[in-house]
Amino acid sequence: MREETDLSVLVKNSGEWLRGTGPESDIVISSRIRLARNLAGFPFIRKCSPEDREKIERQVRTRLENLPDWDEIPYVDIATLSEVDRQFLVERQLISREIADSEGSRAVAIDPSEQYSVMINEEDHLRIQVMHSGLDLVSAWEQIDRIDDAIEGEVLYAFHNKFGYLTACPTNVGTGLRVSVMLHLPGLVITQQIEKVFRSMQRINVTVRGLYGEGSQYTGDFYQVSNQVTLGHTEKELLEMVGQEVVPRIIDYERKAREFLIDKGQQDLHDDVSRALGILSTARKISSEETMHYLSKVRMGVNLGLIDDVQLATINKLFIHTQPAHLQKLHGRVLTTSDRNVERASYLQRHLCGPSGRADELN
Amino acid sequence: MKCQYCDKPATFHITELTEPDGPQVLHLCEQHARNVLQKGEPTPVSSVAGALAKQLQLGQTKEELRKLDQKECPVCGITFFEFRNSGRLGCPLDYDFFEADLKPLLLNIHDSLEHTGKRPTRAAATADSQADLIRLRKEMEAAVDREEYEKASELRDQINAIQGEPKRRGNA
Repeated sequence: MREETDLSVLVKNSGEWLRGTGPESDIVISSRIRLARNLAGFPFIRKCSPEDREKIERQVRTRLENLPDWDEIPYVDIATLSEVDRQFLVERQLISREIADSEGSRAVAIDPSEQYSVMINEEDHLRIQVMHSGLDLVSAWEQIDRIDDAIEGEVLYAFHNKFGYLTACPTNVGTGLRVSVMLHLPGLVITQQIEKVFRSMQRINVTVRGLYGEGSQYTGDFYQVSNQVTLGHTEKELLEMVGQEVVPRIIDYERKAREFLIDKGQQDLHDDVSRALGILSTARKISSEETMHYLSKVRMGVNLGLIDDVQLATINKLFIHTQPAHLQKLHGRVLTTSDRNVERASYLQRHLCGPSGRADELN
Repeated sequence: MKCQYCDKPATFHITELTEPDGPQVLHLCEQHARNVLQKGEPTPVSSVAGALAKQLQLGQTKEELRKLDQKECPVCGITFFEFRNSGRLGCPLDYDFFEADLKPLLLNIHDSLEHTGKRPTRAAATADSQADLIRLRKEMEAAVDREEYEKASELRDQINAIQGEPKRRGNA
């Protein structure tokens, strides 16, 4: 594996999962699957000495290097990263906030296309994550299953005949599997149906988190649906529950809400999304919350055909690239909140206006 | 309106839809909202604590709970009290050592006690040998600290013998 502490290569690109394609990508941003695994013969992280953590990190790293095709996988030592770099990886969804903020030896191996990453010494010794664009759980599962098998060929996992894969927190034991689908649901938010829809979902073992829920002045209208249980069901059953039972129903509700909004008053809706694009394209300073709020409207406008000269992939990328650490990495230095607001506005203008038109892809 | 956790103005109003008693509204400043939102998943501590609270209210007296809290894993040294407070266990052996105490909790969270999913293809080490590994590692560290390198090397051989060599696949 390659030692990679300079993250500038990642800054310039965007992960595959943001390309705005894949099934149902007008509503489903991404499909993420993660597996929690621990090595046999070591305490869980909470009871690990600093030496244990180092040994686990070294051992996993050496074993990952044995895997075919892993020579070119960048390996990032999180402990040596600056605060901005750690925040950058969190914004990019390549590492968790927990591993960014923890202490001691910890690392992440990142696939260059950013489809998968393997965190070492998070809450569990290993957290393997695969992320695909759109609703694509089956191929995401096939990929993570292969990675898990390959790693398992190299290390001995802590496994219990009855309880399955053993994890630090009993909420993850069994399969260690968390399936999370990120949905963009502005139609259900505007029509005030969102709470009703999710209340009905709670009875079927899924967790829904509003990332920027209704009632907020600035909302990105993003919601994450995940399986709640990890023990007692096969991986396939958990995937089906989220990917075939729950998410398609929510997608259907969102489509109906959007149709209703168009029928009710296309002029108003068109005006609303156009104004949002106008503010994003012309503002001289803008906060990240306000950016999320207006990007969300523009995204819906693009999906409904009300805005036709902005690409979905561009909007998806702007959600990530206008986050604080991304702006600072792109700018090449630490920026104050006020400077970031100016830089964010300028960045949005560059990508939403300009002589080459709005359809420009981000570099 | 002020943030629930500090004196800054609350600019984020987040509705958590995961609470069993209905939506919970949080009013937070940007920094605290970021902390809450970037966790990405419901905090295991709160879900474990919630399930434990329900479980412990049912059938246990204060005296029984006090005794249970003092119960300590002989391998990693975690007490049930520490687990209750952190939501995290200390080592794989805890699932055996606290099995009777964890079962109601697992039923509460998962409505099941039996893994039916994927299994590793390599035979997992027995619980005893895994406990031995953790103990031997501790002893080896202590031997190195005391500069007893011969002893440390013997212990390393024993560790390697229990771990076995990893299986090779493909062209790895």
